[in-house]
Amino acid sequence: MTYELISYILGGLTIGSALMVILSRHPIRSVMYLVITFFFISGHMVLMNAQFLAIVNVIVYAGAIMVLFLFVLMLLNLNKESEPKMSIASQVAAIISGGIFLLVLLAALSESILPPMPQQMSKSIADIQNEGLVQNLGQLLFSKYIVPFEVSSILFLAAMVGSVLLAKREKQNTEEL
Amino acid sequence: MDTALIIEKFVLVVILFLISLGIAAYSTYFERKLAAWIQDRVGPDRAGPFGILQPIADGVKMFLKEDFTPQNSDKWLFIIGPGIAMFTALITSAIIPWGPDITLFGRTMSLQVTDFNVGVLYIFGVVSIGVYGIMIGGWASNNKYSLFGAIRASSQMISYELAMGISLITIVLMSGSLSLTDIVNKQHGMDWNIWYQPISFLVFFICSLAETNRAPFDLPECESELIGGYHTEYSSMKLGLFLFSEYVAMFVSSALMAILFFGGYNFPGMDAFSGNLLALLCVVAFFAKIFFFIFVIMWIRWTIPRFRFDQLMHLGWKTLIPIAIINMLITGLVIAFNQGWF
Amino acid sequence: MESLSNRKKVVSDKPMTFVESLYLPAIFSGMMVTLKHMFKRRKTIKYPEEQRVFAPVYRGMHVLKRDEQGRENCTACGLCAVACPAEAITMVAAEREKGEENLYREEKYAEIYEINMLRCIFCGLCEEACPKEAIFLTDRIVPTEYERNEFIYGKDMLVEKLDKRIDITKRQDTGKRGAV
Repeated sequence: MTYELISYILGGLTIGSALMVILSRHPIRSVMYLVITFFFISGHMVLMNAQFLAIVNVIVYAGAIMVLFLFVLMLLNLNKESEPKMSIASQVAAIISGGIFLLVLLAALSESILPPMPQQMSKSIADIQNEGLVQNLGQLLFSKYIVPFEVSSILFLAAMVGSVLLAKREKQNTEEL
Repeated sequence: MDTALIIEKFVLVVILFLISLGIAAYSTYFERKLAAWIQDRVGPDRAGPFGILQPIADGVKMFLKEDFTPQNSDKWLFIIGPGIAMFTALITSAIIPWGPDITLFGRTMSLQVTDFNVGVLYIFGVVSIGVYGIMIGGWASNNKYSLFGAIRASSQMISYELAMGISLITIVLMSGSLSLTDIVNKQHGMDWNIWYQPISFLVFFICSLAETNRAPFDLPECESELIGGYHTEYSSMKLGLFLFSEYVAMFVSSALMAILFFGGYNFPGMDAFSGNLLALLCVVAFFAKIFFFIFVIMWIRWTIPRFRFDQLMHLGWKTLIPIAIINMLITGLVIAFNQGWF
Repeated sequence: MESLSNRKKVVSDKPMTFVESLYLPAIFSGMMVTLKHMFKRRKTIKYPEEQRVFAPVYRGMHVLKRDEQGRENCTACGLCAVACPAEAITMVAAEREKGEENLYREEKYAEIYEINMLRCIFCGLCEEACPKEAIFLTDRIVPTEYERNEFIYGKDMLVEKLDKRIDITKRQDTGKRGAV
């Protein structure tokens, strides 16, 4: 009962702050609402006993990526005058494409109702409590999901090499000039 | 959930809160005293005997000052900035194991608010959101010096988080757990991690100086260039919260250093005691270690001049991170070798 | 050139050795220096309780002297104001009336005599300039105030009280100056 109540409140708060991200006029406030949204999502993860994911969500998204977002936003000139004016046609186009995307999402998600996890019923309480812990996650990552894990690490490596290359190439150009 | 547990934890949280604030308050006093001693002076000695009422006088002064909000600042963010700084400084102490279990009123109580099984990661989470207070405060002030301070703080924190994390991984590898209680219990007696991981400790120590914005890494607030940096526009208790949160963060990071590398509440010869006496001695030993680290951090502040910003970045990215990575690889190899992988 | 103190250090920009580039030994030696200072004797003098010994020629707050019969020496000639490099002294002269001979020694006296202690640099030139041995600097300290106008000392602050004569012999009898 308390569990459901908490999760409903959290869900409402999550959706509310997520709406505020797009509704607030000021970019910095949007970023702050996004950070708050990440915290609420982490709260959901804690409720589902996935503490590792909750904390990593906070570290990576709230702690690192959003800090970089804020960092860039602070360096921008955020005057009302410098805001690009959007034509009505592009606004309409944005609304239509967003609406279509929402429709597709709804259509896709309406079919995929989560099964009520029947296999967990047979497990003991201790097993359920340890479901989202680091050890189990590590075991899964290095056995069942080893291929996606390694592929994503190669992806990160490629991104790192690419960014280093981009930085280097600029230097060469200036030397040639 | 029984009511006794809730009461117990509530009392513990309140005590921790008061201890953190009290130690932070007296750190300001001790810092001024230490600065004076290093400079052959006496330091504050007017308020009460030896000036021990100085923190109270400072607090009263902070509350009585005019609370000024700059005209073109973002009012809402300007107000919550110091709050976030204080909040993030305080919540780390929730997972710190202050001592072994004690028995009171027939109940066995844990001297830890919660034994979080990903405690080390929790520390990272708190550290990584700790920068928001400074960033928001500095940006909302609408002052170029504050903005400089905020930008410096964020880039400094992002840079040093990496080396800090990698140096911590060695400890996690050695302990085989992310829970701080397990890490402390692994270092029973004198079997501290510092004997195995001195380089890791050095990297962690330097990084925690940088994360708490202490000298020689106090670039976000350096007085000579930025006139106070992110808190240039702050006054009254909002400024007080910023300054206070720095000392709370210093206290907490000293506690973390004691836990991760110096055995937490373990002390040599602890097997001779048991029960509540052991717990008491453990807490005393733990606080002795914390105070030692606070002393060292202050001592460093009054010895070493501030880094230049490019030196800071050079140290973080080109020195500490490679050292930490090599250290981590060697540790991993040694552990794998010990477990007979080769 | 030959160094006189034998403490001259030659500055060079030769590349650092590996140990030097670690910086840690240098930091530790620096911290040892500060540690040593923690146990040194404090140089502070806690002012209201302890007072430093003043040099005999110390130049502090001024006094306008009276003679043995209690008459003011000052004749408002204005030489001190002219001599003052900081323009701190102003005065208004007045003629001595009948029956005031026991108050003022000369026939002309200073009705108003003001020294702005915020301007005064305590150089002692007023004392040098005075032909009537009326103004002297003493070893008293000018107290601090909260308002600027409280630093403008009038005759009530400067002229010595009849029952509280101020001893100026310490500064004047150092042998470096003529006898009083």
